[in-house]
Amino acid sequence: MNLVNDLINVERKATREGFGEAMVWLGKNNKEVVVVTADLGESMKVDEFEKIYPERFVQVGVAEQNMMGVSAGLALSGKVPFAVSYAVFSPGRNWDQLRVSVCYTNANVKVVGGHTGITVGPDGATHQALEDIAMTRVLPNLMVVVPADYEQAKKATLAMGLHEGPVYMRLTRPKTACFTTATTPFELGKAQVLRTGKEVTIFACGGLVYEALLAAEELKDEVDVEVINLHTIKPLDEETVVRSAKKTGKVITLEDHQVNGGLGGAIAEVLGEKCPTKMVRMGMKDCFGESGNPGELLAKYGLDKDGVIKVIRKIIND
Amino acid sequence: MVDLVEKAREIRVEIIKMLAEAESGHSAGPLGTADLFAALYFGGLVNFRKDEPYWEDRDRVVLSCGHYGPVQYATLALAGFFPVEELKTLRKLGSRLQGHPVRHVVYSGSNDEQLPGIENTGGPLGQGVSVAVGMALAAKMQKSKWKVICVSSDAEQQEGQTWEAYQTASKYGLGNLTFVIDRNEIQISGNLHEVMSIEPLRDKLTSFGLRVFEINGNNFEEILDVFEKGKLFPDQPKAIIMKTIAGKGVSFMEGNFRWHGKAPNSEEAEKALWELK
Repeated sequence: MNLVNDLINVERKATREGFGEAMVWLGKNNKEVVVVTADLGESMKVDEFEKIYPERFVQVGVAEQNMMGVSAGLALSGKVPFAVSYAVFSPGRNWDQLRVSVCYTNANVKVVGGHTGITVGPDGATHQALEDIAMTRVLPNLMVVVPADYEQAKKATLAMGLHEGPVYMRLTRPKTACFTTATTPFELGKAQVLRTGKEVTIFACGGLVYEALLAAEELKDEVDVEVINLHTIKPLDEETVVRSAKKTGKVITLEDHQVNGGLGGAIAEVLGEKCPTKMVRMGMKDCFGESGNPGELLAKYGLDKDGVIKVIRKIIND
Repeated sequence: MVDLVEKAREIRVEIIKMLAEAESGHSAGPLGTADLFAALYFGGLVNFRKDEPYWEDRDRVVLSCGHYGPVQYATLALAGFFPVEELKTLRKLGSRLQGHPVRHVVYSGSNDEQLPGIENTGGPLGQGVSVAVGMALAAKMQKSKWKVICVSSDAEQQEGQTWEAYQTASKYGLGNLTFVIDRNEIQISGNLHEVMSIEPLRDKLTSFGLRVFEINGNNFEEILDVFEKGKLFPDQPKAIIMKTIAGKGVSFMEGNFRWHGKAPNSEEAEKALWELK
């Protein structure tokens, strides 16, 4: 998979930075690409796009419902709009507009929701989107993408730009480990087996894929762990999920999101029907987040490397 | 010159027939705006090609209040976009005439069906107003000549989203965009001013940067004239507050909010059609 050689000493960059850089490239190569934002251009790293392509940058102010509708109208007129805001507001606040004006209409809108998960940190629970995967993956026609790091966010952005039809992409605020490289393959809808193993599978998405890899590495002499990055939650790569679950017979899901309805919910649905498997869902368990530093929060809610190690040992020894 | 009075009458007849056949749907709004739709499609206000419904340079008519679907369906059928016969399938299983109009974008490799002439998916109020702004923005960005006409209902102005959309239209100076607001004073649960007043509507729209006109929407001269006047303001979005009589043309429906979301039964339909003769 061409990951970095040294998993411990990695560079740290935010997925939103990768997104912003890819948008500049997309803007240059496709003149129909437009950015629509609700007052969060700089925070979502599309300020560079705005500087270079001001005529293709639409600022609607703090009005997310309108942002989604305007994006739909642009898409219906041949543009490729990226509707950019924080996920708590979009799709959080404008889900009806996403449902009808975008998804039902099958309009070619790319919705980019930033500041997801408890790793938003100090801003607290109001700004930590923990429900966006659940609320987007129930919508027909919509693809749901969660890049795992900076490089993958770049690739996902470019792939979305080429994909025909609505897409939701989930981004994060803090600088996180860059463990994939420019040459790591990426294909929308295709799960990535980052580490093969025989005893337990961890299905993870977003920045927590890195915690899963660290945990697997630390336990390498004790447990043979398979780590799979599900960067596309919908459509889910069911074949890869079922194949791995059949092989290991023990499954852990890991996400910075509610386990109900999130990645954990998606995997449980597939395995429940096609391959019932012993399973532990790691993530936020029907509670809101709180203020704190990302590292402290991940530790408190048991979603860092040490938390993953505990769960691996438990599922193996149960 | 097309006889607009006759066209509007034909539209009303088709509205009653399809609603009675469907045994569900909205009567009052569609009947009240039959004159507007006749003027749009038969009075030369909208540039369209019935055989090439998604021709790039067409004017876009966005119906934001999707429950007015029957007036749009009847007009498009009479204008030749699809057979008048198909109006009978309204709200029935497998029909292209869904309870609320649907725009469904078709990408390469898909066999999906789309009712020709529909520009947006309407229903949840306020959404089409933003979609219309997005379309007008696109036209302005690419310096296209086509224009956008957005039809919304008066109760729709109670939705916050409409005002978000107006401020954006104003900020970007979308002179290619006209909002037509059907001011019929009824909504599903009662008379508008009792449910939630939207007044002073004219002042509110003006303060949001729109060029506002008020007309009698059941008068063709006023409808045609107001679109002419609108051309005098090429850099400003327009709003037309169009007073209409809900249920216009059918005496027992006129001005009665009970007919907002109700279809006539066969007896009522017969009576209505007799009045429309």
